[in-house]
Amino acid sequence: MTPSITAATARRILTQLRHDRRTVAMMALVPTLVMILLYYVIGDQRAFNAWTPVLLCVFPFLVMFLVTSIATLRERTSGTLERLMASPLGKLDLLLGYGLAFGLMAAVQVTLVLAVSLTWLGFELGAPVWPLVVVALGNALLGTALGLLCSAFARTEFQAVQFMPVVMLPQLLLGGIFVPRDQMAAVLEWISNALPMSYAIEAMKLAAAAGAEGDFWRDVAVVAGSAVLALLLGAATLRRRTP
Amino acid sequence: MVSSAVAVRDLRVRRGRREVLHGISFDVPRGTVLGLIGPSGCGKTTLMRSIVGVQVVGSGDVTVLGEPAGSPGLRARVGYSTQSPAVYDDLTVAENLAYFASVLGAPKNDVGRVLGEVGLEAEARQIARTLSGGQRSRASLAVALLGGPELLVLDEPTVGLDPVLRNELWDLFRGLAAGRGVTLVVSSHVMDEASRCDRLLLMREGEILADDSPGALRGRTGTEDLEGAFLRLIAEREKTGTARRT
Repeated sequence: MTPSITAATARRILTQLRHDRRTVAMMALVPTLVMILLYYVIGDQRAFNAWTPVLLCVFPFLVMFLVTSIATLRERTSGTLERLMASPLGKLDLLLGYGLAFGLMAAVQVTLVLAVSLTWLGFELGAPVWPLVVVALGNALLGTALGLLCSAFARTEFQAVQFMPVVMLPQLLLGGIFVPRDQMAAVLEWISNALPMSYAIEAMKLAAAAGAEGDFWRDVAVVAGSAVLALLLGAATLRRRTP
Repeated sequence: MVSSAVAVRDLRVRRGRREVLHGISFDVPRGTVLGLIGPSGCGKTTLMRSIVGVQVVGSGDVTVLGEPAGSPGLRARVGYSTQSPAVYDDLTVAENLAYFASVLGAPKNDVGRVLGEVGLEAEARQIARTLSGGQRSRASLAVALLGGPELLVLDEPTVGLDPVLRNELWDLFRGLAAGRGVTLVVSSHVMDEASRCDRLLLMREGEILADDSPGALRGRTGTEDLEGAFLRLIAEREKTGTARRT
């Protein structure tokens, strides 16, 4: 790994985004717009307060997962990955480059959603803001890492997009949003315990209610650890030599 | 240095269930231009990928600049351009080059140099997606030239170019070999380009039909042009093949 190459890679990905203003606008604005929509659909401040942490968890993950899996798949199919694998670039340079660039986008996205929620939408927070930002960014990193990993198993962009519901929906259903995790059947609760999103949602709820208290740091560590694990597995799918 | 830039010994490669290279051996002396000539599907690309070190090989040895092909130390010393242009479609030509230059640790002014060498100065600020096919392949070639590599492996670098541009690129290749001592392995299926090489490897169905200079090939087969020489060699090979079987 070479820091200058990692930085150049992150810069290159941000330059690609700069040429694609529509994608940038959608990444930045869509979560905020959905949050506003949710506010008016629910029409009840207390229910909205309960839903906001969940959405703050889901959006960074969802967007980063999609963008990263498509971007790396493109890199594989266009031949630029082969070119990079024949160059002095280290696998981690590429993965961290993506992590840094999309992490920055996630930060913009989360800042915007939080700003609108806390002001206009009257989202009430009984604690400081920064623990929410920590969880959101950790979750964005997790989305990036899983997107990288999944793109290795997709041959086309159609397949890559289909990985989104595969990875996303079970984690949402089992994440304690619809049914509390301790009220699930035992087997489902075990599965839920093994899914990183469960910890992200729990951490976000804790952060919104009381700040960085209780199990907060344990949950954040699980999310971050899962992201690192997925990154390492993703690195293993990048091959210098291919058949 | 006396040693060859590339030494291939009994190289066998399988892709899927098919063996595409059936134990081939050859050497490329430093500072020379080797042409890989043969119909598409004959194993040219697989051979070039093996030299660059991105191909999983079955058996045999490929030594590049004194090291096993694909060694980490070779990654900045070998320039590689794939058959289909490998550049970022959503970046400008100059942005593409600037990125690969930093990956290779090449000096910043290298971008201007390679743009000049492939004749893309006017398109430097154009998004790669909007380039014509020939311009895109020249942009991809420009990436391979960054950092002054000692070995250049170029897969069909002149496809889709008009004769004037093709000629200019071949002048560039010859200049790199003569002036900077760069070794080039260039594949083509255009026979008239073959005469610009120092040596030719005529390939067919994963085997080497001939490994000689263009002049010697014409002389040996008693033909005027290389297309004729190629056909003659195939005919000879088939005759001996039949003779052996009966």
